[in-house]
Amino acid sequence: MAGISLRNIRKSFKDAQILHGVSLDIADGEFLTLVGPSGCGKTTLLRIIAGLETQDSGDVFIGDRMVDDLPPKARDVAMVFQSYALYPYMTVAENIALPLEMRRLSTAQRLPLVGRFMPGARTARAGIDRDVKAVAEGLGIGHLAARKPAQLSGGQRQRVALARAMVRRPKAFLMDEPLSNLDAKMRVQARTEISELHRSLGATFVYVTHDQAEAMTMSDRVAVMMGGHLLQVAPPQVIYDDPQDLAVATFIGTPEINTLPGRIGADGRVEVIGTPWPVTVEGQPGAEVTVAIRPEALMVTRGAAGDGIVLVGTIRHVEMLGAETLVHVVASPLTRPLVTRIEPSAAAALRTGDPVALSTDPRRVLVFGKDGKRIAVRQSAPPLVPAARGETVHV
Amino acid sequence: MRTRSIAATGLGFQLFRHALLGLGAFLMLAPFVIMISVSLKPSGEIFAPEFTLLPKQWHAWQNYTDAFTKQPLARYILNGFIVTGSIFACQLLTALPCAYALAKLRWRGRETMFMLVLLGLLIPPQVTAIPLYILLWQLGLLNTYAAIILPSTISVFGIFLMRQFFLTVPDDLINAARLDGLGEFAIVWRIMMPTAMPAVIAFGVLSLVWNWNEFFWPLIVVQSEHLATPPLGVVFFANAEAGTNYGPLMAAATAITAPLVIAFLAAQRWFIDGVTMTAVK
Ligand SMILES: Nc1ncnc2c1ncn2[C@@H]1O[C@H](COP(=O)(O)OP(=O)(O)OP(=O)(O)O)[C@@H](O)[C@H]1O
Ligand SMILES: [Mg+2]
Repeated sequence: MAGISLRNIRKSFKDAQILHGVSLDIADGEFLTLVGPSGCGKTTLLRIIAGLETQDSGDVFIGDRMVDDLPPKARDVAMVFQSYALYPYMTVAENIALPLEMRRLSTAQRLPLVGRFMPGARTARAGIDRDVKAVAEGLGIGHLAARKPAQLSGGQRQRVALARAMVRRPKAFLMDEPLSNLDAKMRVQARTEISELHRSLGATFVYVTHDQAEAMTMSDRVAVMMGGHLLQVAPPQVIYDDPQDLAVATFIGTPEINTLPGRIGADGRVEVIGTPWPVTVEGQPGAEVTVAIRPEALMVTRGAAGDGIVLVGTIRHVEMLGAETLVHVVASPLTRPLVTRIEPSAAAALRTGDPVALSTDPRRVLVFGKDGKRIAVRQSAPPLVPAARGETVHV
Repeated sequence: MRTRSIAATGLGFQLFRHALLGLGAFLMLAPFVIMISVSLKPSGEIFAPEFTLLPKQWHAWQNYTDAFTKQPLARYILNGFIVTGSIFACQLLTALPCAYALAKLRWRGRETMFMLVLLGLLIPPQVTAIPLYILLWQLGLLNTYAAIILPSTISVFGIFLMRQFFLTVPDDLINAARLDGLGEFAIVWRIMMPTAMPAVIAFGVLSLVWNWNEFFWPLIVVQSEHLATPPLGVVFFANAEAGTNYGPLMAAATAITAPLVIAFLAAQRWFIDGVTMTAVK
């Protein structure tokens, strides 16, 4: 077991710089998820950790050892590929056994035909078979041992790939979107299984995904990567509630966080559509900012404008999702609808075209500067409506 | 109505297509049919005015025993196996690592090297015959198996074919192998070769046919009868036994063609996969 440290990793392909100095410390036994849009360099970073790609500059440490000069096999990490990369002409058992064969058998013992008659080969092979069997049984694929990868379902292939990674007990697991080829149901199930696996193995996991649900549910910490920069590394809830960058705020969360254009008024209060909000920030007065509010932090209020109400508009669309309802509200002069997430019971009386007001807890308003960085809120007025996460609706 | 008319033109087209293919097949097969037919006949019947496919009087046994006893035909066939087998083994030994390096490794000069391989495909073997002959003479290797085998040990065509097939093998398969602890040569033999088996077999059939039938080069470097490859041997025989003895000559020709036909039939399924470059799933 070992942690992984990256120090200022840079990488370019031809003229395009893909990684712009990535530094990251992953603790021993941690489950770290790397999320980010397609092409931001997640796979490249994983390949650099594994030693399949060489960084232009910067260092990789596994445990306390600098591994920059070590080939992949000496780094003692295992990787699960998005395509699973199972050897097509080998059976499941042979696929899982290969990493052990390469480590436990000598070159002579690995020779075809004559290899098994070399001294010691028989006991070594028996040990390998035993371990392969144990890992396969553990993942519920013991009965598939004699099949070829082409004869397996996607979920079964994913388990074989996992088994092949696990069998040699590596220090760390690198997983590149291992669930992206599964259907939605399988994915939820596999999510739980991988989490349990992480708990029982206690190894370090670096897990790449597109899927926010995976990132939020499985990880100890999430690293959000964009355009070759790590924007924020934090536990999932912190990433969600307290994003340090507008790009992180908009990337994480479905439906997307609401953003409104605003500016800093003379008294430091944030003004949206010309109205000052009870949010005071430490910024240059007159500077343009972006105000962002999570859908569940916005509350729909019908009727007369009260003290805490910040926006008025009309309902464009009511989206019922079962457990929750999304209400899209157009607050003129903004053209982009704001989305609020409320309880279905609270939304029952809402109709498209109804005039409504939207209120929010000032403490849940996020303010970002022009460069996308978060601007600290100096002081926000106490909530004027009792604000327990979006349930409050005055009708 | 419509479907019927489509079916009708479809049928007409199908008939036409098959007639055309049939004609092609007939033209290709005719010499072989005549070869076998002649190998079954007594010499009197071969030049009889009317051609019959089957002999009136069967002479197969005499023709074939003559073919094998009046000359060391078995020896020629054995030589054929030794030469083509060694050549193919050497070609694989060189082509697979070269193809792997050209298809999957990143190094400076790779594209230039591949251009040179393509260029190599364009050079007819006759061009290099004289320098090679002189080289073999200086090495004192003329009139040995090595003289026949050495010039063919590196097949540019094989490198090209295997490279094209290796390109379709996913990179992740190789990366997985590297993490599993395989070195680059182990990857070639344990991962790439089995994955590219259809191409290896297709290449094997092509190499076997080419080298089995090769006449020009063995004729130049081999004088001893006991080193003769099948085509060379048959020509020795034809010259020695001379003109009219076509029955045994065709029997010998049939005998030396048979291994090729058998090899092709055995490998047919793979062969088609290999030359059509079916990607590895
Ligand atoms: N071998 C390579 N040669 C040239 N460019 C490459 C190479 N590998 C990756 N790239 C480029 O680097 C960028 C990042 O690729 P990478 O595979 O790391 O993205 P990713 O974040 O994993 O994306 P995805 O989520 O789609 O898998 C891409 O623009 C890609 O085109
Ligand atoms: Mg990727």
